Amino acid sequence: MSPLLQVSAVTKRFGGLTAVNAVTFDVAEGEILSVIGPNGAGKSTLFKLISSFLRTTSGQVLFKGERISDLAPHKVAQKGIVRTFQETTIFKNMTVRDNIIVSHHLRSNASLAGYFLGTAAAKSDEAEFGRSADEILGFLGLDEIGGELASNLPQGHLRALGIAIGLATNPSVLLLDEPFAGMNHDETMRTVDLVRGVRQRGITVLLVEHDMPAVMKISDRIVVLNFGEKIAEGTPQQIQNNEKVIEAYLGSEDDAIGI
Amino acid sequence: MSRSKQIIGVAAFLFGVFVLVPLMIKLTGRWDFYYTLTSVALLSIASAGVWLTFYIGRINIGQGAYALVGGYVSAILVVKYGVSFWLTIPLAGLICGCLSILIGLPILRLKGVYFAMVTLVLTEVAKLTALALPITNGAKGISSIPLPGAISIFGLTIIPDFSQLASTKLAFYYLAVTLMVLSYAGLYRLVHSRIGHLCRSLQQNEELASSIGVNISYLRVIAYSVSSFLGGIAGAVFAAISQSIYPSSFQVADSINFMLNCFLGGLGYVFGPMLGTLVLYFGWDLLFTTGKFQLLIYSSLLIALMLALPNGILSLRLFNRKKAEP
Ligand SMILES: Nc1ncnc2c1ncn2[C@@H]1O[C@H](COP(=O)(O)OP(=O)(O)OP(=O)(O)O)[C@@H](O)[C@H]1O
Ligand SMILES: [Mg+2]
Repeated sequence: MSPLLQVSAVTKRFGGLTAVNAVTFDVAEGEILSVIGPNGAGKSTLFKLISSFLRTTSGQVLFKGERISDLAPHKVAQKGIVRTFQETTIFKNMTVRDNIIVSHHLRSNASLAGYFLGTAAAKSDEAEFGRSADEILGFLGLDEIGGELASNLPQGHLRALGIAIGLATNPSVLLLDEPFAGMNHDETMRTVDLVRGVRQRGITVLLVEHDMPAVMKISDRIVVLNFGEKIAEGTPQQIQNNEKVIEAYLGSEDDAIGI
Repeated sequence: MSRSKQIIGVAAFLFGVFVLVPLMIKLTGRWDFYYTLTSVALLSIASAGVWLTFYIGRINIGQGAYALVGGYVSAILVVKYGVSFWLTIPLAGLICGCLSILIGLPILRLKGVYFAMVTLVLTEVAKLTALALPITNGAKGISSIPLPGAISIFGLTIIPDFSQLASTKLAFYYLAVTLMVLSYAGLYRLVHSRIGHLCRSLQQNEELASSIGVNISYLRVIAYSVSSFLGGIAGAVFAAISQSIYPSSFQVADSINFMLNCFLGGLGYVFGPMLGTLVLYFGWDLLFTTGKFQLLIYSSLLIALMLALPNGILSLRLFNRKKAEP
């Protein structure tokens, strides 16, 4: 079976800086794959390249064998590859539930004119989005705070809302950039379970994370970047014992692999 | 707000503008009020358009350009091609809408002050174009535009020929107010439908909006062209009322006023620009007696108002309860 997502010799240069250098790896359907590496290794840049928020300097990303590298971001989202942001990015001046409802955009059957006129398709979309939003709220344990304004949420809930927004788009591949950032141990463990739940919904998960215990616990496979280059790829077991990886982490000042 | 309260509010508003206002004017004999209120109604239509661009997170100081184009389109069609005025209202709107798609596609990529600056220039460009083109008749403009003719279906006269009327003031008032009611009803529907929800997502975070699959450049252009459509129809009716249109009929100051109307009324409320237009227009008129201090007092009051009510007049609780009232 051919892989779901193929990252093929992808390179991104910002002026003189090569943020991502000829990175190649495959993602199989249904797996949880983590991308790790010291600060500035190019992880977020790689995610932006996959979701087409940035253009590759060279190389390409294939989804189900089809090139997606030059498409507009919303087109890539339409294909089912959806990214969440490293910075908690939400619609601040909407309620939590409205954040999720609006994010059902890709499931719309009605046209804009249909929504304006309130056609049957529009009404059934709206009812369906409401139902689905409630289901997602329940799934992520946010039902209590559906009516809260998103800007009032604490950090832990914001991350969960970010995942909820991703889920609402009904993606095939969800890219999560540091979903455990700013969480304490308990919150992290709960979110690890959530991410597993996301995979159980049939969604392939790619995540960038610094929290090594969580990464080791959750990942099927891990790709390691250092200075834009892939230095290792393998199961958590293999990565923990990889010479190059240990060296990269020991060599960097403020990051410890922590295992 | 409950549904029944909403209906009562709308009914009261309609009764007010269609029955009460003409009655009061008749009783007091202040016929000049028709002209003022007709202007307010038309300007509030153009302001509604500006409000919609605010709603997708863009400061639009170029509505004067579309009002001018709308005025010229109607005037030229009526005077040179003998098209019925009534047909030129939607045509002016549509032409402005199409024009704004061409203009909007490149400039809507800009944000904040950059977009605002470019739109500010648009009004001036429209004026210079009107001065330069042969069809717009340069600085002399187009004058003695005939009054709107009759509309009849199956021999039944629905709208009488305006030139046969004893008072065109009342007729134009009804026309402007009807268009205003329709425009705001449409805007209200748009904002309270899923389209409005999508617009709010653009306003709050364009990057996130595109990551959930919203075609942001398409939605921006749609909103901007609806906005310009409203500017166009307001301009068309204006030209018909004054029976003339000149390059200076809509100027940069008008574009700025359209924007101020939105600020003042409240960017979070559909009916904000309507109230803002009314208050600003009457405020300016009331200060007329202060002579050369008019502009100074007006500007100071405006600044004070915006500082005191950053979310607009409609953010006062009093108005929140019955926001259908002007
Ligand atoms: N838009 C940009 N323009 C120029 N340089 C950039 C840009 N975005 C990222 N970079 C640079 O590319 C490199 C990789 O950045 P990136 O954000 O991908 O790192 P990261 O692995 O996500 O780091 P972190 O763990 O801190 O989030 C950094 O040196 C960064 O300064
Ligand atoms: Mg990063």
